[in-house]
Amino acid sequence: MLFWIPLFPLIGFLINGIWYAFGQAPAGRKKAGAGLPGAIATGAIFASFVVSLMIFIQLLGQDPEHRAVEQILFNWMSVGKFHVDVAFRIDALNTLFTLVITGVGTLIHLYSIGYMGHDETPGKFFAYLNLFCFAMLMLVMGSSLPVLFLGWEGVGLCSYLLIGYWYTDIEKAKAGKKAFVVNRIGDFGFLLGMFLIYSTFGTLDFESLRHLFGHAGSLPEGVSPQVITAISLFLFVGCMGKSAQIPLYVWLPDAMAGPTPVSALIHAATMVTSGIYLVSRLNFFYTGSPTAMSVVAAVGAFTAFFAATIAITQRDIKKVLAYSTVSQLGYMFLGCGVGAFSAGVFHVITHAFFKALLFLGAGSVIHGMHEEQDIWKMGGLKSKMPRTYWTFAVGTAAICGVPLLSGFFSKDEILWKAFSSPSGSPWLWFLAAITAVMTAFYMTRLFSLTFLGAPRFEVAEHAGHSHDHPGHDHGHDHGHGHGHGAKKVKGIAVHESPLLMTLPLMILAVLSIVGGYVGWPHASWIEHWLEPVVGGGHEAASGVSESLEWILMGVSVLGALIGILTSFRVYRNLSLVEAMTRNVQWLHKILENKWYIDEIYEAVFVRPIQVFSQLLWKGFDVAVIDRIVVGFGRVSQWTGETVRVIQTGSLQVYALMLLAGLIGTAGFLIYGWH
Amino acid sequence: MAGIDTHFLSWIVFLPLLFAFAGLLIPAKGTAGQTAMRLWTLLGSLITFGVSVSLYINYRPEGADFQFTETVPWISTLGASYALGVDGISLWLILLTTFLMPLAILGSFSAIENRVKEYYFLLLALETAMLGAFVSLDIFLFYVFWEAMLIPMYLLIGIWGGKERIYAAMKFFLYTLVGSLLMLVAIFYLAHQHKLQMGAYSTNILDLYKLQLEGGTFWSAQSILFLAFALAFAIKVPLFPLHTWLPDAHVQAPTAGSVILAAVLLKMGGYGFMRIGFPIFPESVAYFQLTFMILGTIAIVYGAWVAMVQPDIKKLVAYSSVSHMGYVIIGLFSLNEIGVTGSYYQMLNHGISTGALFLLVGVIYERRHTRDISAFGGISKVMPMFAIVFMIITLSSVALPGTNGFVGEFLILLGAWKVNPGLTAVATTGVIFGAVYMLWMFQRVMFGPVTNPENQKLKDLSLREWTVLAPLVAAVFVMGIYPNLFFEKLEPSIQRFIMKSTTNRTAPPQSLFSDNSK
Repeated sequence: MLFWIPLFPLIGFLINGIWYAFGQAPAGRKKAGAGLPGAIATGAIFASFVVSLMIFIQLLGQDPEHRAVEQILFNWMSVGKFHVDVAFRIDALNTLFTLVITGVGTLIHLYSIGYMGHDETPGKFFAYLNLFCFAMLMLVMGSSLPVLFLGWEGVGLCSYLLIGYWYTDIEKAKAGKKAFVVNRIGDFGFLLGMFLIYSTFGTLDFESLRHLFGHAGSLPEGVSPQVITAISLFLFVGCMGKSAQIPLYVWLPDAMAGPTPVSALIHAATMVTSGIYLVSRLNFFYTGSPTAMSVVAAVGAFTAFFAATIAITQRDIKKVLAYSTVSQLGYMFLGCGVGAFSAGVFHVITHAFFKALLFLGAGSVIHGMHEEQDIWKMGGLKSKMPRTYWTFAVGTAAICGVPLLSGFFSKDEILWKAFSSPSGSPWLWFLAAITAVMTAFYMTRLFSLTFLGAPRFEVAEHAGHSHDHPGHDHGHDHGHGHGHGAKKVKGIAVHESPLLMTLPLMILAVLSIVGGYVGWPHASWIEHWLEPVVGGGHEAASGVSESLEWILMGVSVLGALIGILTSFRVYRNLSLVEAMTRNVQWLHKILENKWYIDEIYEAVFVRPIQVFSQLLWKGFDVAVIDRIVVGFGRVSQWTGETVRVIQTGSLQVYALMLLAGLIGTAGFLIYGWH
Repeated sequence: MAGIDTHFLSWIVFLPLLFAFAGLLIPAKGTAGQTAMRLWTLLGSLITFGVSVSLYINYRPEGADFQFTETVPWISTLGASYALGVDGISLWLILLTTFLMPLAILGSFSAIENRVKEYYFLLLALETAMLGAFVSLDIFLFYVFWEAMLIPMYLLIGIWGGKERIYAAMKFFLYTLVGSLLMLVAIFYLAHQHKLQMGAYSTNILDLYKLQLEGGTFWSAQSILFLAFALAFAIKVPLFPLHTWLPDAHVQAPTAGSVILAAVLLKMGGYGFMRIGFPIFPESVAYFQLTFMILGTIAIVYGAWVAMVQPDIKKLVAYSSVSHMGYVIIGLFSLNEIGVTGSYYQMLNHGISTGALFLLVGVIYERRHTRDISAFGGISKVMPMFAIVFMIITLSSVALPGTNGFVGEFLILLGAWKVNPGLTAVATTGVIFGAVYMLWMFQRVMFGPVTNPENQKLKDLSLREWTVLAPLVAAVFVMGIYPNLFFEKLEPSIQRFIMKSTTNRTAPPQSLFSDNSK
């Protein structure tokens, strides 16, 4: 039955894809509206959700030690001893992922029907969206690394296609290509990891590998720890790409060029958490290598902090959320890196709820503001978009770590483990806690600037209801224009989004509130549930008491409150903000320009390779090799020309040469060499 | 028909030539005549394909090493015979050839307007030569077919090519000829050695497999003979630094010429290594293993980097071939089943994807008469169907899992890793740069706004063009999702190949020119 889970979205993709390719794309054909393609795609992913739920229920009833469902579909490749089956295996770990992917996926598909209502080619959009879900499900369900890799690159492809969905804008197309290429750098590491695993263990199957490791941190016989470290780090390079960690995070902020539901589904809730899935799936490699664990934790913590600094100064509503996603992904890796895999996975789930909510909320705002994305040109949307406002408030509170909301539980779990686990350290905790304060600050900033205060744009007086506001075309000027449609309206007629869009917001808001209760401290269902796969939470290092846990929790709650309240105060008075910014102009400029990382990469990697390639082509291929080849030609030509001189055609000369030859030969025969 | 059972391979090889000669009788004057000529040629290539499919059906992987064999004595003084036979290694290359030929022919229906009769005659003659080389079990016969390929291709480039066609054709001819001549000398030496060791001249490849040649050092007989063959094969592959004929030949050749050149002629190099270079000179293969793996790795990275900066789409694809064929070399020289199977598969993949890429370039070239990347932009908007096919082929070229390209590259790198992880890691960077040059090209041609007014009204794929491209798209997925279909018929032959190429047969030391028979 497992194969139905990825098959439904695949069927949805084929229906919409073939319909689009042959029925809508050719010149002169009418493009379908969002309704039917959207319904097909949503139905497909919902069917997949139902099957995922059934599998989950089946797993609930199984004995925890052998909790798994398997299915082998067919043999993919078989060369000598190397066998790869297209096979699925769902256990306690990835059943959670299938639920999130199909569940949140369904809500986002539903939302997209509204959001893409005015798009030129919704048929194509929904085909891509279904294809993404198919690939994502292959990624989490595959029972071996090659099948996972199939999904891994497949989601990368869909990400590429959807970021560059409005490809007539070359910047968006470039953002898509950047995402693909940066991910390929990660995949390079992933491939090397696979090669090393296969040459060491002779298999790429997860279960076989796990059995080789036995229990808790022990290494297979005859395998050196360095090899385990190398494997873990190679694979982690893949994770850096897919899950946007330093130094490969640069593609994710640019990925916001895609339609907002794509940002919610791919670049927040699902694809970018693949790295956490991979690390958790292969946790036995990581626990076998303290070095790799430290690298994962350090990269995670530092990325969390680094991305938060950038998020504070961004003006684009989606860019703030993008850097926030990078930052939250850093938290998840921090959790994995200190051995708290279940805490990392827990944060994947709560983050999927509240970040999907925030992105969809942002989409609703952008939709209502007619493609405006600059939060400095918003304000006062509270009354104009009440449902969006309330749900966004819930999402903001959840990510800020307001107690008893989902983000609080998962983030606190990670913070606590970063401090208390044997591989944790106060420094990691400190970095993460500072980041938490910054998160509260920049998210509240985003919230205030968008919804509170007075509008900082010209409000258009508009008659009647605006739920079905016509006339903006995503295809041509998604992004920054103000003038929409044929009639020039002065100012912006803000409107709340239709129910099709706000209903998913409300459901996600509820999940963002209650989603954290599966991980109640000291009575965590999720930790218990994942234990057979990723191992139990480590005992706290000696000298760490329970009272300390309460103190630290208090500190982080306090931090969140300080961040929120400061931000509220500061952004209530915008002239104050401007004055403050002026004081630290240089820092603000650096942060606003994202530490100039893109520019540095461009100067250090991209340009030199281009220049060097030109040099190879013109300076080596053409100037050296070809010259040698042509030289050979010249030499033979020259020889021909030279020797031709004696071919005079004069019979007397020939006779003379004949005579000379004859005498010479005769002389040789008679006298020999001596 | 007479002797269809006993001379099955001869029929396949010479069917295209029969059609070519019969085609000479068609009065190809005027539009109707030209159309008749085109259809006749297409029919010929389709029938050849049909017959070769029955070759696939009847080939038994568990059966004899070589099947459908035919042997007729030919030049007795040299010991040369007309010996044909098929194993798994030749089987799929034959099918690749007969599969692509009708597509290349159909693909040039509207592109070729002058000297139509000559053009199609040469294409069919070329097919016979290529098929002949793939089924020859006699090294001298192989050489004859090998050289015979050169002439039609030379003429195709030289007559129907672009502006610089003469230069390109000469370069192609010179490069290939230099390689072939050394090969010919080596062939005579081998025949002579056979006489010394076995008492009679023979150029039968299976006989030559039994020769004992001194090897293991650079100046040994085996090494020098191996290098003579390797030069010819490496030029065809083409292996860095012998690749510079390829970009010119590709850019100047007409579409069908580029397709056949990339898809089949380059495979002659890889096939030559597999049929002759490796099994006859096993010690030399071991001796030069590292050298060739380094060259292959350089080719992968070098080809990708230089491809990146090409302003001409065809040149970009040509350099991408250098890169892709570099993989073939490192896989072959890794000498294990995974790597070799991957290499062989990569050759088929490259035939499919690069063939398709050249056809796609042909499609827009016919509309715009330019191949400058900068002349395009935003084509996705005007030609959405073309965009879909182009995207799929691009993905196959960047080896996305699920497409054919992935299976080949993955197996090659996996196999090569066991031999030399360091080099393999460098070679694996090819997956990054491959994505860079392909997607960057795709972006510049297909995405963005339509800035050039000439691109505003381009017609999307016609039914004929669809017919040409659809089988290739299907092949991309079939080969990517179910490669076992191919591996099944291939496995025993690959295993035998590896055994022969790794068995030590070194003879006692002897000088290269000594005559032991005295």
